[in-house]
Amino acid sequence: MRIDGKGRVDRTRPVTYSFDGVTRTGLAGDTLASALMAEGELLLGRSFKYHRPRGVLTAGSEEPNALVTVRTGAQADPNTRATVQELYEGLTAVSQNRWPSLDFDLLAVNNLAAPFLGAGFYYKTFMWPKAFWEKLYEPMIRRAAGLGALSGAHDPDRYERAFAFCDVLVIGGGPAGLMAAWAAAKTGADVILCCEEPEPGGRLLSEDEQIEGRPALDWVQETVALLATRDNVRIMTRTTVTGAFDQGTYGALERVAGHLPEADGLPLECFWRIAARRAVLAAGALERHVAFRDNDRPGVMMAGAMRAYLHRWGVVPGQSVAVFGNNDDAHRTARDMAHAGVDVVALIDSRHDAENRAGDVPFYPGWQVARAHGGKALEAITLRAPNGRHEKLAVQGLGVSGGWNPSVHLTCHTGARPVWRDDIAAFVPRDGAVPGLSVAGAARGTFDTSGCLRDGAEAGLEAAQALGFSGALPHLPQADASPYRLRRLWAVAGKGRAWLDFQNDVTVKDVKQAAAENYVSVEHMKRYTTQGMATDQGKSSNVAALAILADATGRDIPETGTTTFRPPYSPVAIAALGAGAQGMGFAPQRFTTSHKASVAMGAPMIEAGLWYRPSYFPRKGETHWRHSCDREVTMVREAVGICDVSTLGKIDLQGRDVGAFLDFVYTNTFSTLKPGRVRYGLMLREDGHVMDDGTTARLSDKHWVMTTTTAAAGEVMRHLDWVKQAFCREMDVRFISVTEQWAQFAVAGPNSRALLNGLLDSPVDDESFPFMQCGPVTVGGVEARLFRISFSGEYAYELAVPARYGASLFDLLVARAEGMGGGAYGMEALNVLRIEKGHITHSEIHGRVTAFDIGFARMVSGKKDCIGKALAARPGLNEDREELVGLRPVSAGHLIAGGHLFGEGAEPVSANDQGYVTSVGYSPAMGCDLGLGFLRNGRARHGEKLRLVDHLRGVDIVVQVTDPVAFDPEGGRLRG
Amino acid sequence: MVELNALSACDGLLPVEHGRLTLREETLGAITSLAPFKGQGKALSAALQAAHGVGFPAPNRMEVSGDVACVWTGRDQAFLLGPQPDAGLGAMAAVTDQSDAWAVVLLSGEGAEDVLARLVPVDLRPAAFPLHAAVRTELGHMAVSIMRIEAGLRIMAFRSMAATLVHELSDAMAAVEARRRLS
Amino acid sequence: MRIPCPICGTRDRREFYYQGAASMLDRPAAEAPLEVWHDYLHLRDNPAGGTRDLWYHASGCGSWLVVERDTVTHEVLGAALVEACDAD
Ligand SMILES: [Zn+2]
Repeated sequence: MRIDGKGRVDRTRPVTYSFDGVTRTGLAGDTLASALMAEGELLLGRSFKYHRPRGVLTAGSEEPNALVTVRTGAQADPNTRATVQELYEGLTAVSQNRWPSLDFDLLAVNNLAAPFLGAGFYYKTFMWPKAFWEKLYEPMIRRAAGLGALSGAHDPDRYERAFAFCDVLVIGGGPAGLMAAWAAAKTGADVILCCEEPEPGGRLLSEDEQIEGRPALDWVQETVALLATRDNVRIMTRTTVTGAFDQGTYGALERVAGHLPEADGLPLECFWRIAARRAVLAAGALERHVAFRDNDRPGVMMAGAMRAYLHRWGVVPGQSVAVFGNNDDAHRTARDMAHAGVDVVALIDSRHDAENRAGDVPFYPGWQVARAHGGKALEAITLRAPNGRHEKLAVQGLGVSGGWNPSVHLTCHTGARPVWRDDIAAFVPRDGAVPGLSVAGAARGTFDTSGCLRDGAEAGLEAAQALGFSGALPHLPQADASPYRLRRLWAVAGKGRAWLDFQNDVTVKDVKQAAAENYVSVEHMKRYTTQGMATDQGKSSNVAALAILADATGRDIPETGTTTFRPPYSPVAIAALGAGAQGMGFAPQRFTTSHKASVAMGAPMIEAGLWYRPSYFPRKGETHWRHSCDREVTMVREAVGICDVSTLGKIDLQGRDVGAFLDFVYTNTFSTLKPGRVRYGLMLREDGHVMDDGTTARLSDKHWVMTTTTAAAGEVMRHLDWVKQAFCREMDVRFISVTEQWAQFAVAGPNSRALLNGLLDSPVDDESFPFMQCGPVTVGGVEARLFRISFSGEYAYELAVPARYGASLFDLLVARAEGMGGGAYGMEALNVLRIEKGHITHSEIHGRVTAFDIGFARMVSGKKDCIGKALAARPGLNEDREELVGLRPVSAGHLIAGGHLFGEGAEPVSANDQGYVTSVGYSPAMGCDLGLGFLRNGRARHGEKLRLVDHLRGVDIVVQVTDPVAFDPEGGRLRG
Repeated sequence: MVELNALSACDGLLPVEHGRLTLREETLGAITSLAPFKGQGKALSAALQAAHGVGFPAPNRMEVSGDVACVWTGRDQAFLLGPQPDAGLGAMAAVTDQSDAWAVVLLSGEGAEDVLARLVPVDLRPAAFPLHAAVRTELGHMAVSIMRIEAGLRIMAFRSMAATLVHELSDAMAAVEARRRLS
Repeated sequence: MRIPCPICGTRDRREFYYQGAASMLDRPAAEAPLEVWHDYLHLRDNPAGGTRDLWYHASGCGSWLVVERDTVTHEVLGAALVEACDAD
């Protein structure tokens, strides 16, 4: 119900929303939880395991119970905490984990089966028979358990990522955080203040307190206004710092549009990576529950939350409430509720010597709440007097406080453990837990406002000073300095189920049972009972659970220890973490200069690393890719074909020691190469396996250009940098990628020279341009480079022009080729052409093959050292290996890459494996499929017949082993 | 004689505008990488100064003189932007034509830094990245060179990635503009 | 994680490529016994504490670095160039 004159909601602005299909009205400034509470709706969800009715427990992001699904269809966002979901016009929310309705949930029968569903029941109940797990148990558990469900549809919302930098990051917008930001900002340091709530103020938003003799929120507003005027301060609201990482890197989730009816181009959320030179953690503290029988009834909530609902939103859970605590802070709730006109029927303090600080309310020192009554709503509580007498009181709301836990989470994200402080019965951060991060206010156990202000000011100033900024401590405003005293109380003794982890339905009995079954390590207890493993990570229950474990195992709490705190502090959608990487952001697309023309010619594009290359160029009447491919292969062999080869890596090398450098990175010798000549080279990794291959041309005495495969261009560049910087420091060598500078086209086939001579400003002939020659030419006055090299095994050239002319040259080349009975060819034809010639690609040099395996052992020069040489010579790399061979089908059926080779009479099982197929293609020239593959001792087995089997694709044929070079083995064609 | 037509890297992609933010392609003339040989750094800088009026830049900086600029792009490496390089430089440095290798775009308008903060893991706010500062870094998954000139933030990325570059920047510009509308 | 590149300044880890132990710099002589080469290629320390690793500033200046860090505290203690720039 709503209380007149209380709360920061706007009573002139009603907001319409719906919950479980019922249209309702709240106020601007409400959360979903406060709006529902205003209408007396306390039942918001059903628990995970027993489907017990549950209501709002907290007023913040630590909420375990009030999880709902907001929005609909593909935009549905499950497990949203109603306590932080701001109300907006048209908001749609539904409850979760109930069927058919929240009010009547059939699976609540689980609650009756509770004796069988205790700690470890998954492990005990569903163990045997083993075969039942996959088909029966797991699907059954998945149906019954689980919270909200994803829509299964693509998420249409926009998510964003961003980077930010600052001198001092302040985490938390309460009194400590505001003072820290102010103290740091005054020194001139660059400050980011992150605050989880829609507005700064922290706990002051939820209290009736004074600062400097005026309402505390006046001071908040003035301070925020001061900060906002400064260029060196950035205030980020609705932003939760979710993780602390190495070297001052922090992750933060900003909720950008989740509170708006229309996103209007905004992302729903933005995930920030903040690099901060120093940080101040002022994240406050979280209140903890006390376990007693049926302490989960809707209407039972944290005492601090009850106060927050009163002061922030002007709502209370009912006409009559009670407050139960073990500390002074709980008294404030009783006092404030009474001031607001609510009937406070009891203030129960478990400390027998406690003094009443709540004014005129019935006070029960030394008493405890032994039980809550009611089903879907709290109806009454049973009190137990120090002498054991019981008394039952009718109430609609109960505020409970077991004390406060400093929010130490971020200080533990890089591995540190918190330390136990006996006086406040809580863990506090270890000093220096995260380098560069200091802690202020309630997060380090300073609970009074005055102390928080001082803490914050000191931490903020100190952080700035550590970075060389100077300034003085700002004025410390007068504020509440009441002490916070408590005596620990984790659970009230008695029968029945007393709840710890509400979201995962863990009871005091479960923890004791885990201990009894020897799960005495806190990490084992956690996993056995699932304590703290839900979306709230046990924020309001972990400390009580481990205190009970400590008690059950006869240890103290520090000795029992805590479980590990890991990021994120509160849930972060994968969509937010991965923002920017969806769709086109996943990886850059690299387009060649011929891309548009290729697409216009109808070529399907295939990805080659980041590049897009044409598969084939279909012509009229060609209905299958093989028609196009066969035609293109024949075209190259009989006329002329054009292929864009710009994607190959091109590295420009200059300096007097390039020859010596290349001798060291290639297995073969390059220093002897004459200017104007090109040589094929093989590179090894240091472990003796093949890394890459390609041709390198010596353009002039000190100027070379290396080509790499498309796939390995980046790796080779990195490798060259490594070899130069690590091992060739004395050499004078400079190199840079020129892959993007040149558009390069293969012109291949018997008519290639004729075609080129129709384009080049001065013609070439075999004498001036023999095989493996290179040199400058001009095309229409444009300076170009010509290479007489061939991957197709045909008489061929490669012509390179500056990339701006690439599109134009491609058009020209294709037009000329078509006039000569040829045309463009794509990757499919390129593949067939090179298989016919036994030329390898990364299908063959896949990382596990040596120069010996591919028949290039003689390319490893004996006259010099090179990378990989020593270890290429080790035992096992040069004998009894799987060697490169050619393959042809003998029986009917097609060759298949990935298939394995077996002796003709052998059973096709791995023990009989003789090798495998790496590449296949149909050769129009040979009239059959051709394959390349690796076969044990294959070079000595040419002519042998083998069985090729692919169990997955049902292939089982007979093949014959051949030399890898099937077409023109003498190489007469490429020499012309 | 045949005729070859030139196309710029961002042909058909730019300009793009979102509110106060604009993205357009720049034409710089020649782009030449200069990598001084062993011990030739000072000699190269002097020769550059004499021939083009700019010295060899320190890391993370660019030297500017009128229409000529020399921007640091890596260890012992800078790009001369604008003029054809003086022939004498080749004696002191590896000189490589890069004029066609890069898509060069200029992002300008209020909030340009916020746009790049969505894509680049480096602080590019004026205090940390003043006039004529230059970095090699990445934009999304693309290697880029970014520099601040009077007109705004210049971004150079590989030519083949021009479409992705424009898409990523345009997307971020729209998001920054949406935030401006909100505030 | 952030790495202080001696040339570029401190940068986000995403700009760097991780290689492995800095012992890869101690390449044996070509004629060294096979055992020495085996150690070089395969054997690595796995210290809890100070460690020296190779990182490549792939999206930055293109330098290979030896980065010293502490595997227990996550501190990065420093970074040095594998090879000093030699133009000056
Ligand atoms: Zn660097």
